[in-house]
Amino acid sequence: MRRIVVVGASAAGLAAAETLRREGYTGALTLVGDEPHAPYDRPPLSKQLLAAEWEPDRLTLRRPEDLTALDADLRLGTEATALDTAARTVRLADGTDVPYDGLIVATGVRPRRLPGGGHVLRTLDDALALRAGLRPGRHLAVVGAGFLGAEAAAVARGLGCEVTLLEPAPVPLAHAVGEEVGRVLSRAHQEHGVTLRTGVSVAEVTGAGVRLADGELVAADETLVAVGSLPNTEWLAGSGLGVGDGVLCDEYLEAAPGVYAAGDVARWTHPLFCVSMRIEHRTNAAEQGMAAARNLLNPGARKPFAPVPYFWSDQYDMKIQAFGHLRGHEEVAVVEGDLAERRFVAVYRTGDRVSGVLGVGVAPKVIREWRQAVAKGAPFLSSVGGTGKET
Amino acid sequence: MKVELDTDKCVASGQCVLTAMDVFDQDDDGIVVLLAEEPGADQLDDVREAVAVCPAAAIRLVEK
Ligand SMILES: Cc1cc2nc3c(=O)[nH]c(=O)nc-3n(C[C@H](O)[C@H](O)[C@H](O)COP(=O)(O)OP(=O)(O)OC[C@H]3O[C@@H](n4cnc5c(N)ncnc54)[C@H](O)[C@@H]3O)c2cc1C
Ligand code: SF4
Repeated sequence: MRRIVVVGASAAGLAAAETLRREGYTGALTLVGDEPHAPYDRPPLSKQLLAAEWEPDRLTLRRPEDLTALDADLRLGTEATALDTAARTVRLADGTDVPYDGLIVATGVRPRRLPGGGHVLRTLDDALALRAGLRPGRHLAVVGAGFLGAEAAAVARGLGCEVTLLEPAPVPLAHAVGEEVGRVLSRAHQEHGVTLRTGVSVAEVTGAGVRLADGELVAADETLVAVGSLPNTEWLAGSGLGVGDGVLCDEYLEAAPGVYAAGDVARWTHPLFCVSMRIEHRTNAAEQGMAAARNLLNPGARKPFAPVPYFWSDQYDMKIQAFGHLRGHEEVAVVEGDLAERRFVAVYRTGDRVSGVLGVGVAPKVIREWRQAVAKGAPFLSSVGGTGKET
Repeated sequence: MKVELDTDKCVASGQCVLTAMDVFDQDDDGIVVLLAEEPGADQLDDVREAVAVCPAAAIRLVEK
């Protein structure tokens, strides 16, 4: 293999590029990214950057000298517009075709939008634009009480804004973390003075705020739309790659001969949970980039990608951490602590196995033990034993 | 080779501990703690892996 192209210069793409070099690949390496900035980290966008605790330079993923050491042709501010898998070339927006022997697709996702606009929060520029509007006394409406919307709501309260959090489901995050835990998290927002409105559907964003489906106007100075995301796969149209809510890969992350995908854009069937998934977690982006790079370089010794997914979120003084695949769970047991005090460990059951664990305010060792149970697919009943308060 | 940490950036994910147990630990708040500032040659691969997998770019391996 003499020419490798990585498209997407963020967490997954960078991890892939670095892994190629660490594994001894010495051929040509091109890293293409449409954003003008050097690779930077997104999780702080809705946390320290939005809170104005950090400035943009704190978000860079690598120092300039580390990027130089990568010895890559770094094409920033350059969009890939098409892929020709027969000719093995990637077309760039400037009209050039970059040939490859191996390709890694790491183009991530972009926010879903609503009619009328409003802020979204995915890029550094998005976060700076939103931050400029969050001054004390201003009213922020957040559409969508997922993790992203909830973090932004918490930061905005900390900055002295009035915040209304609008959520179509009856309990925020119920499908992701379960009703009981979802309610704990939403109570935290209410106690911090956020107006939480569940079961409402937003029709459009207007200059005066947010128009609900029943016609009511929720007045706001700024609106953040945080209603999920869409994989960046349009540029792959006509390439022959399978696309369907993400780039469709096999268990090795391969999408076509010599073409791998990684990060938020990649969809594959997880061997441990036997579920087709696409994970939008920061740790997964790095792990998947590394795995794709290794499998691309070592065709004879490929390994299925079977991580224990990990996610964290910071809201007010709560650090929420979760391991495993919580979505689709059938039961939740609190095995330590107390939901009301917002210090607890909740263990998730899917089938008869431990499929996930979520902790708030607990020591790392405790969570790590449960991570082991998830990794092994330990039987749920004997694992939670008699200590579990079933919910 | 020397390990440098930026503990302000650390998000307490514990990925480094899972990757290189002998080099990293976490305090009660989950923040990374360095057990070996200058890891031995046999540990370098694991440390490089930890650098790559840390979701906060909080770990760096530098030539002395
Ligand atoms: C505000 C925010 C907060 C978050 N907080 C957390 C958190 O607390 N915990 C957690 O686990 N995860 C969090 N995440 C998720 C995490 O940041 C993502 O999972 C991670 O960034 C995914 O990395 P990626 O490289 O796969 O995709 P991305 O980061 O989306 O990178 C893809 C890159 O490819 C570029 N690109 C797209 N199309 C093209 C093209 N055609 N040509 C060239 N370049 C292209 C994009 O512009 C982008 O720069 C958060 C995300 C956001 C936005
Ligand atoms: S992997 Fe990084 S963020 Fe996670 S505990 Fe270690 S240093 Fe902190």
